[in-house]
Amino acid sequence: MKAAEHSCPKTFFPALGAKGKPDVIVLGIESSCDETAAAVVRDDRTVLADVVLSQLDEHRPYGGVVPEIAARAHLDHLDHLVAEALSRSGIGLAETDAIAATGGPGLIGGVMVGVMTGKALALVAGKPFIAVNHLEGHALTARLTDDLAFPYLLLLVSGGHCQLLAVEGVGRYRRLGATIDDAAGEAFDKVAKMLDLGYPGGPAVQRAAERGDPGRFALPRPMKGRPDCDFSFSGLKNAVRLLIADQAPLSEADRDDIAAAFQMAVAEAIADRTKRAMGLFAMTYGGPGALVVAGGVAANAQLRRTLTDIAGQTGFRLVAPPLNLCTDNAAMIAWAGLEHFRLGHQDGMDFAPRPRWPLDPQAKQLRGAGVKA
Amino acid sequence: MILGHCARPAATLQSLMVIILDLADEAATHRLGATLAGLAAAGDVIALEGDLGSGKTALARAFIRALTGPEEEVPSPTFTLAQLYDCENATIWHFDLYRLEKPEDALELGIEDAFAEGISLIEWPDRLGGWLPADRLTVALSSGTGAGSRRVRLTGGPAWTTRLQETFGD
Repeated sequence: MKAAEHSCPKTFFPALGAKGKPDVIVLGIESSCDETAAAVVRDDRTVLADVVLSQLDEHRPYGGVVPEIAARAHLDHLDHLVAEALSRSGIGLAETDAIAATGGPGLIGGVMVGVMTGKALALVAGKPFIAVNHLEGHALTARLTDDLAFPYLLLLVSGGHCQLLAVEGVGRYRRLGATIDDAAGEAFDKVAKMLDLGYPGGPAVQRAAERGDPGRFALPRPMKGRPDCDFSFSGLKNAVRLLIADQAPLSEADRDDIAAAFQMAVAEAIADRTKRAMGLFAMTYGGPGALVVAGGVAANAQLRRTLTDIAGQTGFRLVAPPLNLCTDNAAMIAWAGLEHFRLGHQDGMDFAPRPRWPLDPQAKQLRGAGVKA
Repeated sequence: MILGHCARPAATLQSLMVIILDLADEAATHRLGATLAGLAAAGDVIALEGDLGSGKTALARAFIRALTGPEEEVPSPTFTLAQLYDCENATIWHFDLYRLEKPEDALELGIEDAFAEGISLIEWPDRLGGWLPADRLTVALSSGTGAGSRRVRLTGGPAWTTRLQETFGD
């Protein structure tokens, strides 16, 4: 199991906290996709600083959305961001206990920049380096924000990911389901594009949907009723495309009604899959627990309403971390690094960035064994 | 299934082969993906054109699974822009350049390495501008007459003419 490699450290590093040092402080770096970010987090669950590139003054003219596709862009900004995070936290590099950086999965150029920066800082300061799985950062955020105990159920819905995981412990994840094609956030972006609603697609679709009637058009609920916990959004996207072609030219009201029907279909499809995962979770761990929602799509109000409903029906507690910690950020990387540090884990200077890095490498075998694609 | 194909001179003196196919359903799209995978070799560039929902990712998924394994997970690369898969003779680079703002940004993705040594599957290839190699296979997908049907236009550069002729010709 590859995730377990992470919990089998190459070198054992005694946790300083155990030797009487009052606090553990970790610097985190995130650069695996669009956001360049740095954060400083303390083990009493305090985020001392959390800086994302788009927050900085010189980027205000871009309206807060700065796509950082190019590795060069991460390279240009990361040193500055790390300095900013340290200065805002009032912590010197020497006072940190470890340096954590996203080691994958993600866009390889960006990940390399973050990993190289993290290793360099670790070498200079003489601190351990910890490579964090980006998905693990999302998975453990609820322990930073809500002090949640293991195990819990995680629904991760973002532009790049859509999966349901049982979080059993640090480095111990069981994937219950995942998308077989597009991620949910991607479907929102593409439908927004088809409806000329602008970018980013999530808020644009939600605004139009609030004005529209979700009952006027019937759209499919992909995968609903299937015995597994997998998702699919490609067929729904195609159904929207055909509906638009059929209704063209679209009036303002048509647009709003299609957006409302689409948003309802996504929310209900996710709810159906999540409900199934809740059943599996309750069966495996002896009862309902907490359902944590993470990822940018977690901001969608209709999805939140629908998830609140099914949580009420099943006895689960819905935990939704604040949006700035749901989307990509470095505080979650620092926190995941801190959790590993407390367990005595660290990575060597030979760690190689991993563009693909599943949290549960056995998931595919499970699927092959029992579930028909 | 083949409606017609012809070799015609292009503006560059090199000949392009054009083949038009009708695909009845998604299973036919998958079969075409697997067929093209059987023809592909290291250094090949395959551009996938078509509107949102026309089946580009579905075709790419079938292509990749034919060379890796039926259970291989093939997420849409819209968010990460590129996903890499190791297969027997080459690395498959699956690009989705939908979010790319400038063609130059593709260089940051390692697209030159992909063109030199890998098998490149490129969704939204128009985002590459002049960086898109001239000798490539272009697979253009559009809606067909039936509900789930698609029309496909394969346009092959010199590196592809023989392969396409042998596979799709009479």
